[in-house]
Amino acid sequence: MNFPEDLLYTKDHEWIKIEGENATVGITDFAQKELGDIVYVEVDTVGETLDKEETFGTIEAVKTVSDLFMPLSGEVTEFNEELESTPDVVNKDPYGEGWIIKMKLSDASETNELLTPAQYKELVGA
Amino acid sequence: MKTTVFKEKHEAMGAKMVSFAGFYMPVQFEGVNAEHETVRKALGVFDVSHMGEFWVEGPKALALIQRISSNDASVLTDGKVQYACFPNEQGGIVDDFLVYRFNDEKYLLVVNAANIDKDWAWVSKQNEKIGAVIKNASDDISQLAVQGPLALKAMQKLTSEPIEDMPYYTFKVLEFAGVDNVILSTTGYTGSGGCEIYFENKDGLKIYDAVLEAGAEFGIKPIGLAARDTLRLEMGFCLYGNDINDTTSPIEAGLGWITKFAEGKDFINRENLLKQKTEGVSRKLVGFQMIDKGIPRQHYAIVDAEGNNIGEVTSGTMAPSLKVGIGMGYVKPAFAKAGTEIFIDIRGKALKAEVVKLPFYKG
Repeated sequence: MNFPEDLLYTKDHEWIKIEGENATVGITDFAQKELGDIVYVEVDTVGETLDKEETFGTIEAVKTVSDLFMPLSGEVTEFNEELESTPDVVNKDPYGEGWIIKMKLSDASETNELLTPAQYKELVGA
Repeated sequence: MKTTVFKEKHEAMGAKMVSFAGFYMPVQFEGVNAEHETVRKALGVFDVSHMGEFWVEGPKALALIQRISSNDASVLTDGKVQYACFPNEQGGIVDDFLVYRFNDEKYLLVVNAANIDKDWAWVSKQNEKIGAVIKNASDDISQLAVQGPLALKAMQKLTSEPIEDMPYYTFKVLEFAGVDNVILSTTGYTGSGGCEIYFENKDGLKIYDAVLEAGAEFGIKPIGLAARDTLRLEMGFCLYGNDINDTTSPIEAGLGWITKFAEGKDFINRENLLKQKTEGVSRKLVGFQMIDKGIPRQHYAIVDAEGNNIGEVTSGTMAPSLKVGIGMGYVKPAFAKAGTEIFIDIRGKALKAEVVKLPFYKG
């Protein structure tokens, strides 16, 4: 399993790449494997400002539905619309083309609460 | 938890294993969509050893089956299989099952894994006054389903008996992969053709290896329970525990075709079911396809255009062959006709769907 060093992680199996006050969010390699074939990603919160851990969308595999949670507080600025027609990109490239949203952070200090690659790796027992 | 003789084999092939109906079973190998497509286009092998098998024998065998089965087993001839259900006394269904007729005093009933204990208790109780010779062989028999358009062609390599022209819902007892007394039936739960093969546990691995080898040139793959569910749902086949249960009647569930009110066939709950058939029911199981984008799931509410509750989803998925959300559910009869617009409450949003004729997948 893959845990890129330049990302931070949440216990909800999401990754976040922080670039200044902006960030990109997706689900981890572990999460996509657990979910199986992803068939639908729905995000209708673009433009909304949400608190950390609030639901910003849902991701559906053939057999299950999971909520997507804000890893940090902020505004959802963009949804990866490629996923509307090709949701399986999340399975194929969870850390790259399979990114889910871009967001603008409202409180950079929250970053300290995220997991490092080593901590996340330990969480999933890899 | 129970295991089948194929557990180590599945783990070695990379299966994701889960608990299902008290058994440790493979839910997925390479991925549900890929596995689904393999069965639709070529062939796949499923471990269905968790299913239960009951022998019903002796001079009273048919009398017991006619009492407990919704269907009419008296029309069966040797080598034929019939789909049926056990009605309970309250208008519900104890289980759905298959009946195999070997001869007029020997039948095999194949039941769902989750219901083996319940069914055995039920069949035993009903047999008290009838006196057939019954035996629960569920722990002794393993079963593989080889399903897909190329399944029979591939399996023909393993037996000298002709199997490729066997009509649907028939069976033979034959030598298969060097093993005697294997039961092979042209049945299945996928709608893509193929067979189901029953044998003793001790022969399991030998047969599994032979099946994989014979199927290799046709692209055979092991298939998990997740794809078994998407394949059956695309056909609109009922799943016990989802679409039918102790409280749903066969008439409500669209299983009138296996509920036969033959002259003199006094089966359990006959009068009540006949009344439902003639007077109508208050809900019907229908298939529906999403028009709006969304995936229906079990227990989601079904509503009308005004938002009034009209029923509940019993099964739902993204259909891998059709690339659209499909489901089944009970609705009030006024909404049961094909073409009727209904709405599925998907996490608070009423999304449009249309009642359609089953099967969803037409091959």
